[in-house]
Amino acid sequence: MSALLSVSRLSVAYGGIQAVRDLSLEVAPGEMVCLIGANGAGKTTTLKALSGLIAPQSGSVQLDGQPLAGLPAHAIARRGMTLVPEGRGVFPRMTVAENLLMGAYSRSDRAGIAGDLDQVYGLLPRLTERRAQMAGLLSGGEQQMLALGRAMMARPRLLLLDEPSMGLAPLMVQAVFDIIRQIAASGVAVLLIEQNAHLALKTCARGYVLETGSITLSGPATELAATPAVRHAYLGEGS
Amino acid sequence: MDIFLQQLINGLVLGSVYALVALGYTMVYGILELINFAHGEITMMGAMVSLAVIGALALAAPGLPGGVILLAGLAVAIPVCMALGMLIERVAYRPLRNAPRLAPLITAIGVSIILQNIAMLIWGKQYIPFPPILPQGHHEILGATISDTQIAILALAVLIMAALILVVQKSRLGRAMRATAQSRQVASLMGVDVNRVIASTFIIGSALAAIAGVMVSAYYGLAHYYMGFLLGLKAFSAAVLGGIGNLGGAMLGGLLLGLIESFGAGYIGDLTGGFLGSHYQDVFAFFVLIAVLVFRPSGLLGARVVERA
Ligand SMILES: Nc1ncnc2c1ncn2[C@@H]1O[C@H](COP(=O)(O)OP(=O)(O)OP(=O)(O)O)[C@@H](O)[C@H]1O
Ligand SMILES: [Mg+2]
Repeated sequence: MSALLSVSRLSVAYGGIQAVRDLSLEVAPGEMVCLIGANGAGKTTTLKALSGLIAPQSGSVQLDGQPLAGLPAHAIARRGMTLVPEGRGVFPRMTVAENLLMGAYSRSDRAGIAGDLDQVYGLLPRLTERRAQMAGLLSGGEQQMLALGRAMMARPRLLLLDEPSMGLAPLMVQAVFDIIRQIAASGVAVLLIEQNAHLALKTCARGYVLETGSITLSGPATELAATPAVRHAYLGEGS
Repeated sequence: MDIFLQQLINGLVLGSVYALVALGYTMVYGILELINFAHGEITMMGAMVSLAVIGALALAAPGLPGGVILLAGLAVAIPVCMALGMLIERVAYRPLRNAPRLAPLITAIGVSIILQNIAMLIWGKQYIPFPPILPQGHHEILGATISDTQIAILALAVLIMAALILVVQKSRLGRAMRATAQSRQVASLMGVDVNRVIASTFIIGSALAAIAGVMVSAYYGLAHYYMGFLLGLKAFSAAVLGGIGNLGGAMLGGLLLGLIESFGAGYIGDLTGGFLGSHYQDVFAFFVLIAVLVFRPSGLLGARVVERA
């Protein structure tokens, strides 16, 4: 198996605070992998370091065997790894349609973009009705869908998702995860970050457990879900 | 009636020039929340450089049509100002992007003073006259007169503003500028080279300033190394009046300021029974500015956008 994303001994610090330490993980092409952990475990920090928003202290990140060290975020995005950030990050004062076009910013194949736009609207009918509306006026769930649709417009090979379920009602979480599964089914690899371990382990094939900046467990999702430590700490099951 | 119409024409012409300069302030503020206090000096540089070219050409080739000489002046002044704007951003603002707000304000003032002094060293302290190369035609409408220069300024300003709105609203660069203004981080995740977009914003604003500088010097018939100070202050005020960060606001604010000044100058004597003369027009303009801001601190078109968290 040659990995699409390969992270080796990544460490990130904020000033003197060590947020991520010696983190290694891999994502194969088309694979769905999750990284679960409690508040403040370092999940967002990991994704920010991968996508070039913050500079890691040490370690290496490779996409398709190419090192990403030192590349700015926009250059990394152009290589086919797209982050849907924590809190969705839609452009509030741009319309839904403009947000989607921003997703395709690095592309120049007009016909392809138009086709993908139709496909995204097909996948997300709620956005179709609101395409001329300012994104800031959408509900949280609609904004999450827009953020996913916008990421699709970049035609990524790897999608990094930072807590897509955050702040959403259960029904909306279902809808959002249905979309994520459909995106993955189209061949896009996904690295999903979640506090909702139950949902994440149900959705993904493999998982990693992050605790205070370090990976403590990893393996197939079903095995992780059966591990007593995971069941106690993340799945809310008593002993 | 004729005085009213005359002040209206004068105010609109002056205001359209203020609007062009105000757009530069507002675009940079919109994207960086930074007040580029050197912008007035870029306008001054546009005026001085174009006048240098125009003066030299008018001497060397007196047979050339005035329009050609003017275009040559613009053709040099615009790229010079664009390069200047880009350089200022690169040297004085980019290194301070994550510094406290006060730091780039200080460098902005520093850059202003440097540019004034450079202009003074090159062109001296005296007023530089605008050579009489332009057609001096006048037209009578309803008892008021409008000159060819005024018509040209107004038409060009409207054209440029329309083009700018089109670029910002419809082009890929315009979308990237708006996205960068809303979130630099997320824009970069879309593949936007944020530094390039910010540089482009300075470059576009500086091109507008260069044109405005040429307009002002053609209108008043002179240029001066210190002209950028008051012009910049007024244009900045116009941007604040309209709601800084808002393109439409800068246009509206510029036009309003021009009108206030012109009507103020025309009627201030009557209003104060001759106590204040038309030379108080600047004071008058700032008076109105303060009054508006007391009641609408975010400006006429500023920050009324509804947003969800
Ligand atoms: N900008 C920052 N400056 C200093 N410390 C930070 C910064 N951002 C995060 N941290 C710290 O780094 C650690 C990891 O934070 P991070 O946001 O990556 O956690 P997380 O796993 O995403 O948490 P959550 O589930 O709450 O989103 C925390 O201790 C946090 O306080
Ligand atoms: Mg987080």
